[in-house]
Amino acid sequence: MAEIIIWIIQILILPALSPLCVGVIRKIKARFQNRQGASIFQPYNDLWKFFHKDEVISRDASWIFRFAPFAIFGATLAVSASIPIFASFLSNNFTGDILVVIYILAIGTFFLALAGLDVGGAFGGFGASREMTVSSLAEGGLLFSLLVLSFVSGTTNLFSISGTIDSLSLASLLPVVLAFLGFFIVLLAETARFPFDNPSTHLELTMIHEAMIIEYSGKRLALIEWASANKLLIFITLGSSLFFPMGIAHSMGFIAIAAAILFYLLKVLVFCVVIAIIESSIAKLRLFRLPDLLLFSFILSIIAIGLTI
Amino acid sequence: MFEAMLSQSTFFAIMVLFGLGAITALFFRKDDKLANLASSFFAILGSLLGIAYSIAAINSDAAIFYEIKSSFPLLSFNFNIDHLSAFFIFIISLISLFCSIYGIGYIKHYYGKYNLGTLGFFYNFFILGMLCVVTASNILFFLMVWEIMSLASYFLVIYERNNQDNIKAGLLYFIMTHIGTAFIILALLLMHKFTGSFDFFTIKESVGSIPPLVKDIIFILAFIGFGTKAGIIPMHIWLPAAHPAAPSHVSALMSGVMIKTGIYMMIRIFFDIFTDAPLWWGAVVLIVGSASALLGVLYAMAENDLKKLLAYSSIENIGIILLGLGSALSFAALEMKSFAALALIASLFHILNHSVFKSLLFLGAGSVISKTHTRNIEEYGGLIKHMPQTALFFLAGSMAISALPPFNGFFSEWMTFQALFEGMKSMDSAYQWIFVFSAGSLVLTSGLALATFVKAFGITFLARPRSEGALHAKESSLSLRLGMAALAALCLLFGLSSGFLSGIFNNIVRGIKSFGDYDPALVVSQNHLISVNGGFSSISAPAVFAVLILAGIAIFAIIRFVSKEQKVKIGATWDCGTNLEPRMEITSTGFSRTLIMIFKGILKPSKQAGIEYRDANMRYFPKSRTMVFEISDVYKKYFYKPIHNFVLKISERVKKIQSGNVNAYVLYIFMALILLLFFAV
Repeated sequence: MAEIIIWIIQILILPALSPLCVGVIRKIKARFQNRQGASIFQPYNDLWKFFHKDEVISRDASWIFRFAPFAIFGATLAVSASIPIFASFLSNNFTGDILVVIYILAIGTFFLALAGLDVGGAFGGFGASREMTVSSLAEGGLLFSLLVLSFVSGTTNLFSISGTIDSLSLASLLPVVLAFLGFFIVLLAETARFPFDNPSTHLELTMIHEAMIIEYSGKRLALIEWASANKLLIFITLGSSLFFPMGIAHSMGFIAIAAAILFYLLKVLVFCVVIAIIESSIAKLRLFRLPDLLLFSFILSIIAIGLTI
Repeated sequence: MFEAMLSQSTFFAIMVLFGLGAITALFFRKDDKLANLASSFFAILGSLLGIAYSIAAINSDAAIFYEIKSSFPLLSFNFNIDHLSAFFIFIISLISLFCSIYGIGYIKHYYGKYNLGTLGFFYNFFILGMLCVVTASNILFFLMVWEIMSLASYFLVIYERNNQDNIKAGLLYFIMTHIGTAFIILALLLMHKFTGSFDFFTIKESVGSIPPLVKDIIFILAFIGFGTKAGIIPMHIWLPAAHPAAPSHVSALMSGVMIKTGIYMMIRIFFDIFTDAPLWWGAVVLIVGSASALLGVLYAMAENDLKKLLAYSSIENIGIILLGLGSALSFAALEMKSFAALALIASLFHILNHSVFKSLLFLGAGSVISKTHTRNIEEYGGLIKHMPQTALFFLAGSMAISALPPFNGFFSEWMTFQALFEGMKSMDSAYQWIFVFSAGSLVLTSGLALATFVKAFGITFLARPRSEGALHAKESSLSLRLGMAALAALCLLFGLSSGFLSGIFNNIVRGIKSFGDYDPALVVSQNHLISVNGGFSSISAPAVFAVLILAGIAIFAIIRFVSKEQKVKIGATWDCGTNLEPRMEITSTGFSRTLIMIFKGILKPSKQAGIEYRDANMRYFPKSRTMVFEISDVYKKYFYKPIHNFVLKISERVKKIQSGNVNAYVLYIFMALILLLFFAV
């Protein structure tokens, strides 16, 4: 029974918190720009508003365009049930594998790019092209950085990794730090953040993610916005639960779990602050500079692997 | 029941059915309709019987030998069907079944243009040849059926003979396949020389008498020879030319099945005949595999011809299969049998999966091409509205080949990754880095494959039509849709039953001599949980499927609950105030341009701008502008061109002895005879 309750919390906590995460980042960025900024709960209001608006769908769009938001959001939901958030003892051997998580996220990317192409506008197409460019090059860094952890801990199951990683020897500290740097670059790339993408503009020279979803409105826009918030929190969670698993609950118990959730919130907050600081302090890179950065992440992870094997 | 199925007469009934298909098609060649019907009917019947036979053979533990003596002393028609052969019979029959069903409707557009009798004749002989290749147990017989397979497919490549490009592609295929066969003959004759037998089974028994150095030479010769058929880089150049030239259901068979016969012989020789492969064989196969995978997908991504794109993607997938095979060779060399079995299972599973989704994609491409009459992706667009079912099946194939769960491609790629991870963990330093390099190229390949198939599906089926042909396309006929639907369903089914299939693969691998009885590294538990390497990784196909379905249900619940009164209005795409034209959509060239520029070191793209003025003297008003984007072929430039020049140079020298004087020629013949006698003694 207790296990079921914890599972329900595990599945609900990520989609429930993700808009807050976006709100916090926006708030901090606003403060950096000497603005008051909207409330940190504004993304919830936005979602509520979108859900209650009528939709306009292009007459050129096919069922792919209508179906894509469901696939994209569904992929993030499936992943949020497959990664360790606050409890490492929930053993999900069925879908908690590194490769499963990476490839389920790829389903979302696949349909997002197709939806961008589907309406036949000038923006959607190049958004899809750029998205596929970035995501195909980011996959290497993502897999290899997580692979370092699985070699260190002897399993590719994410729950087991988060359960074993905090009792590491000092010798494996260097590869884990390198892998984290590689992972963090991928985090920025996959969640459409600076220096890869600008999440807050609609300027055709720079946008990637926003270009693909430009034709969406109403509930489908809400789903896509929510899904991209989920994706951000998924990557933050992967970073916090795998690379910094301190505080994660190793066994059942009210206090352990309550403390673990608090720790989790704290870690997410730190990640949000770091992302907001990065977004406020550096400029977006030119599209053709991005592969260098992604390659850098890939090479960092490979060096880390070389140090562990 | 299985025993009855496995009798010699059942096996020969399959052969006879395909033979009948070939002969009756030729007999009815005057009547297009009858020829089509006869060849398809017998091919379908033969394939069905083949599927039943192979399933029985996989489930039975008896070794099956059939033999027919011929009147020639060295040649005898020996068949030996073990689990590995049965598995390949299954793939060949399965894909031929759906390609033949598809063919009934597809080849109707040749009525009155080309002779359907010859198509049916070569089509049936092609399948028959492949079936014999994977069962033949005598070197000479094997070479005969190998040649039947190659020649039948050559005639199918040049079937649309009015197109000059097809004849050229056929010639290239003809030359390359025979270069490959030359290597194969050398390899097999070397085996015969040291064992004194033409029978694979006897060779297997007395393989100890082959010295190690000769084994290495045989390995290199066989790898090049069979690799040419499989399409490894740099022996691949015939593949992107020949596969698109053939009729689409034949392309599906060539890409889905024929190239795998090369892999079959590699497994047969490297694992079943030789049992003590040195470590470097595995390293060579891994390096060639990673190069083929990565370069194959890069060229596929840059390609604008739908069928060529699929052909390049076959090279990529052969690379992935070789990654499994190479890991298996490396592990086997180190006596780590259970990991070797895991790697070989990954490889076999990917062979099965690739044959299903690649033939599906070729059939889908054929369905599109038969309605739009072009292979150029730039002239498609919006086809999902006119051909909704073809689009759905092509989408399933695209998702499977991009390794998206829960389709089958994901599970074989997952296993390949597991084999590579194990190599990274347990090999010595230098070999470890080969595995790291292979895993790196595999992950980059799968990322690029996703981009490639977003392009292939998106530009073909989505947005607005870019040409008149695409605007007036209609859905294909029932037989085409039936063939594609069955294969699409198999993509999902093989994904879901990957746990069940791994059990069968374990069984197949046990039958191979290098393995024997081993402790499997890949264990499937009761609830379809596949776990490898003692719990290093685990996955469950039904669970992945269930999680995705549950997530879908959850979203529908949310939508129903929160947003139920909202209306949907149909409007125009945002057009910035101008009229949207097809030219404003992104093109296939544009889509892949960013990635091409990133990989410009390998792809060497070139750009040529041309401009024509209304008045040549007053260059103010351009009449037309052209822009040509090209990818240069580095193999032709750096590999084939030097060889070509070298051969030409040698020929120039040799020409000198060709004086035209008959007396001189008689002298040459005499000298040759003396030399031969001298060496024979």
